[in-house]
Amino acid sequence: MAQISGSGPPPAVGVGSVAGAPTVAPQRRATALLRAGQRRADWTPYLFLALPLALYAMWVIGPMFYSFWMSLTDTDGLTYSEFVGLANYRRLVNDDIFWVSFWNNVKWLVIFITVPTVGGLGLALLLNQDLPGTRLFKAAIFSPMVLSSAVVAAVWSWVFFPQDGLINSTLDLLGYGGERIGWLADPDLAIYSIIGAATWRQIGYVMLIYLAGLKNVDPSLVDAAKTDGASSWRSFRDVVFPLLQPVTVIVVVISVIDALRAFDLVQLMTRGGPYNRSNVLGFMMYEEAFENYNMGYGAALAVVLMLISMVFIFTYLRRMLKDELEY
Amino acid sequence: MATTTLPQTGSLRPATKRAGFPWKTLLFYAFIIPFMLIWLVPIFTSINTSLRSLESIVADGYWTLPTSIEWGNFGEAWTTGGLSRYMLNSFIVTIPALLGCLLLSSMAAFALARFNFRGNLLIYFTFVGGTLLPFQILMLPVFKLANNLNLYDTYWALILFHMAFQLGFCTFVLRNFMRTIPGEIFDAARIDGANELRIFGQHVLPLSLPSLAALATLEFTWIFNDYFWALILVQQDKLKPVTTGLGSLMGEYQRAWNVLFAGTLIAVVPTILLFVFLQRYFIQGLTMGSGK
Repeated sequence: MAQISGSGPPPAVGVGSVAGAPTVAPQRRATALLRAGQRRADWTPYLFLALPLALYAMWVIGPMFYSFWMSLTDTDGLTYSEFVGLANYRRLVNDDIFWVSFWNNVKWLVIFITVPTVGGLGLALLLNQDLPGTRLFKAAIFSPMVLSSAVVAAVWSWVFFPQDGLINSTLDLLGYGGERIGWLADPDLAIYSIIGAATWRQIGYVMLIYLAGLKNVDPSLVDAAKTDGASSWRSFRDVVFPLLQPVTVIVVVISVIDALRAFDLVQLMTRGGPYNRSNVLGFMMYEEAFENYNMGYGAALAVVLMLISMVFIFTYLRRMLKDELEY
Repeated sequence: MATTTLPQTGSLRPATKRAGFPWKTLLFYAFIIPFMLIWLVPIFTSINTSLRSLESIVADGYWTLPTSIEWGNFGEAWTTGGLSRYMLNSFIVTIPALLGCLLLSSMAAFALARFNFRGNLLIYFTFVGGTLLPFQILMLPVFKLANNLNLYDTYWALILFHMAFQLGFCTFVLRNFMRTIPGEIFDAARIDGANELRIFGQHVLPLSLPSLAALATLEFTWIFNDYFWALILVQQDKLKPVTTGLGSLMGEYQRAWNVLFAGTLIAVVPTILLFVFLQRYFIQGLTMGSGK
């Protein structure tokens, strides 16, 4: 579910909360029956899979591998292509913009696995009670999730606008005015401003995942801890938080993926500027590919991005595989 | 599947039911209400801005209510700004992509959930893994593929790509749901002489309707809100969906915040309506992927 990465396409990759998952124990039997069904017609599953798999291979799996090949060429995308070995990767290591973008992705990643996780968990704990209005509060906090990144970018460009934008005019009103802070124009601030806007959208999503996880925490465990005299904080730390651990893993994986996918807000709010100081790998490759027509180089950047996220994707898939094989 | 029947009890509800003044509750509201209002300030003020005249924005600054309500901003965004075209394009892309994706993914999910065959898990994990990719890795090859197929700068490029890419997530969710359907149902159908296609169409699909509804809500939002692929695959203005359309509007109406936000408000109407009326499904969809 993470598609939601502050960016457009499916942001949150849908990795729903594990916690939401019912345990599938009763299906053991169903699986046995399925197996029986399968002996009669081996080819049936392939018939059902043919079309979806063909489409997926053509637009997703194939292109993924093709990017690796492209990164070894100097192609401009359409007219020519020559094998250049690892030249693109050698160039990348010595490219200052690459390192600036790389570190911006790292900043994004660090902020994304801390702020929305803590904030989202806090809000989930707070709103996980039956008081009048909690539904409305949840919806309000979650609502930025349904806005497209174009909308988020428009709204936050006005928030950050130096003349009469939300923040600067509020500072004025409070008497801290004077200097107009260029939230998106200051080379040191721009990337943090963008990450701030992205975080605003991410927190509600994380909150939602934790809320689903909390529903699976047995209230009697918490009650028991309290009866034993544990404080709220201790019962959270020793009972609830450990039980939420699988949910936290998912939240972190989603946030990492979303941080690595960062593109839309950068493209819309600063175009990587000023002086590439708010650039990220996802946008840098777009510029190299579509503005400088260095598609081979762009592909190399994409491969680096992919390899970084592979570490996290595999961690996640391995956990899932273990669950699959267990039952 | 789990998500539909989760008990509503807040597990962290304070166990103590102390008599006396509910300080904790009061504290809760004292925090959450201001927090929520501040959280939504960017949205409230954007709405406010869309109703003001440019002169008022320049003269009176950010924190001022409209002196007279300027509905004309919406008209200008809709016609001159091109929102009417952009909105239509978004629907033209989203609806076929959504329907195609749901149909194809339920087929794939059926095969993966119901049959044990070589490569089952591998295919399943391919779908899941693809969902998690940083999609930039697909950007250049997909651009090239669309060009080679003569689909670049057409609706079809977007429709086909979204249909394909979203297959991963939808198959993942549906497969996990379908595994929870008891095998007896299939057995009974088979004894009645139904073939697999009928079992799929008459039993599995109807049983999967709640999951499909949740997925549809979620996927509609995702496809409708896509900015990245619209930027990569469609260039001419008259084909742009509302996301990249807003992007152009941000360029054209630089500093004409009122018209820009009028356009923005129009652009969010479909997803906001969906969220307000189908919130339950939307949230189910998000938490459903979990299936294990």
